[in-house]
Amino acid sequence: MIVTLLSGDRPRSPLLTLILLAILAGLALAPFLFPGVRSLETAARICIFIVLVASYDLLLGYTGIVSFAHTMFFGLGAYGVALASEHIGRGFGALAVGTVAGAVAAALLAMVIGLFSLRVRAIFFAMITLAVASAVAVLVSQLSQITGGEDGLNYRIPRELTPAFRWGGKLFDVNLNGKLLNYYLVFFCSLGLFLLMLRIVNSPFGRVLQAIRENDFRAEAIGYRVVRYRVAATCISAAVAALAGSLFAVWLRYVGPDTTLSFEIMLDILLMVVIGGMGTMYGAVVGATLFVLAQNYLQNLMGLASGATEGVPVVSDLLDPDRWLLWLGVLFILSVYFFPTGIVGRLRAGR
Amino acid sequence: MSDAILSLRGVKTDIAQYHILQGVDLDVPRGQVTMLLGRNGVGKTTTLRTIMGHWRARAGTIRLDGDDIAQAPTPAIARRGVGYVPENMGIFSDLTVEENMTLAAASGPLERERLEWIFGAFPALRTFWRSEAGNLSGGQKQMLSIARAMAEERKLYLIDEPTKGLAPAIVSTMAGALRDLKRRGASILLVEQNFSVARALGDRAAVMDDGRIVWTGEMAELAGDAALQERLMGLSMETA
Repeated sequence: MIVTLLSGDRPRSPLLTLILLAILAGLALAPFLFPGVRSLETAARICIFIVLVASYDLLLGYTGIVSFAHTMFFGLGAYGVALASEHIGRGFGALAVGTVAGAVAAALLAMVIGLFSLRVRAIFFAMITLAVASAVAVLVSQLSQITGGEDGLNYRIPRELTPAFRWGGKLFDVNLNGKLLNYYLVFFCSLGLFLLMLRIVNSPFGRVLQAIRENDFRAEAIGYRVVRYRVAATCISAAVAALAGSLFAVWLRYVGPDTTLSFEIMLDILLMVVIGGMGTMYGAVVGATLFVLAQNYLQNLMGLASGATEGVPVVSDLLDPDRWLLWLGVLFILSVYFFPTGIVGRLRAGR
Repeated sequence: MSDAILSLRGVKTDIAQYHILQGVDLDVPRGQVTMLLGRNGVGKTTTLRTIMGHWRARAGTIRLDGDDIAQAPTPAIARRGVGYVPENMGIFSDLTVEENMTLAAASGPLERERLEWIFGAFPALRTFWRSEAGNLSGGQKQMLSIARAMAEERKLYLIDEPTKGLAPAIVSTMAGALRDLKRRGASILLVEQNFSVARALGDRAAVMDDGRIVWTGEMAELAGDAALQERLMGLSMETA
């Protein structure tokens, strides 16, 4: 049953299995295990980024295509929900319309970009996605009447998904309110989308993508139309990224260029894929979890370390919480150095 | 030749500024093994790649069963029934042996009877069926490469140096499999540097030099004429 659910793609390492189970349990029980607004925000962000990173890995790790427009597709999903909620009005109907519209728009845009650039060479796809993503980010900032510009959009989501909605008393000292429902909406949708991605990469379609990544001429010489497969992978990846964006918009109740479209998020996604392990869907889980946790808690950890080493002049300065980005960078360099195939690749190799 | 499954006329192919094929005329008879021979760098691999559409012919015609495929895309050529085995073990190393074979049967599921035939020719593939192809030995990778072409019934097989760099025991397994393929009536265009294999398998031979076919005839005739070999290829099969 579980193997079927995982599409036959077992973790293939006892330690990786334990880590994945710990992450799954941690996320499934996050509201009860780690009560508090900040920890719930972190858990929801991890869920969403797992889907976003997995969808990017379909392109980079499984198909060998480098794209810089993944945040654009993520943003299309988020803005779809935001605009639908604002124009149609508060309700689940608006969420559904915005989500579907965002995913379809992302898939169509990906198809157009793919058909224009993937015919020639995959590297042009990277260049064109960079240009289109930059153009869209500028456009969203400029079209302030529609998108709210740099300020973004605040909108109302169904009351059942907000903290104001209470549907019970307390369970293990946790308020049973709409925010909890919202978290589980994000959690289960993310889980479903992740399992879908796992299904896709382990299907015959996924095998063809892997064959294309390794040697596109050999794949063509067997009879596979490489461009069609690449474009299809791009469309699926974009649509799933947009769905992750929609979940993000439902969770945050706000969208802005910085939260969904920025190039910084694009780099984060790239790092998460590399750290977790390219071409392994489980790498997305490990990479996203570690990265988001580091982003949110490294500063606190360093505060503690700096306090503990107060008497030591240089060390205390180096561990100052303000230098957290420096240490995040050091951690990435070390992880790439020690895990060139990513954490999952290393664990599967059993070394 | 009237019953040629593949027929090349005046095929010219350039790679960058180099004129590699300078007017290749070649017929591959149906149900026979045609050896494409010649020194290194005379255009044998380029000929196969041009037939497969990897390099586009600048001029000339390539007819497969009467249809010109010179400008057809590679997947379309493959789907017309051309099985191509590239040189240097053209497998997908990140996929398992099973996945490699399943992919190769592009037009439908892998037939059980056919698979048993392949396992008969290459028993190692049954042993390593679920292993990653990248972990196979060089010889096993080459077996997989040929087995992939055998995964479906093909009109024509293009096989590029299948025994290159392999141990003698593996070469004989490979030759046995190709002989079996020949017995089943396959039409094969085979590039081969190992002359004993070429002599054992070939019905006809075409010798290339400087981007052209300079001699065609029966393989037995070439194999029996040391002076001809010396003149065409600069060495003799007897001494090779």
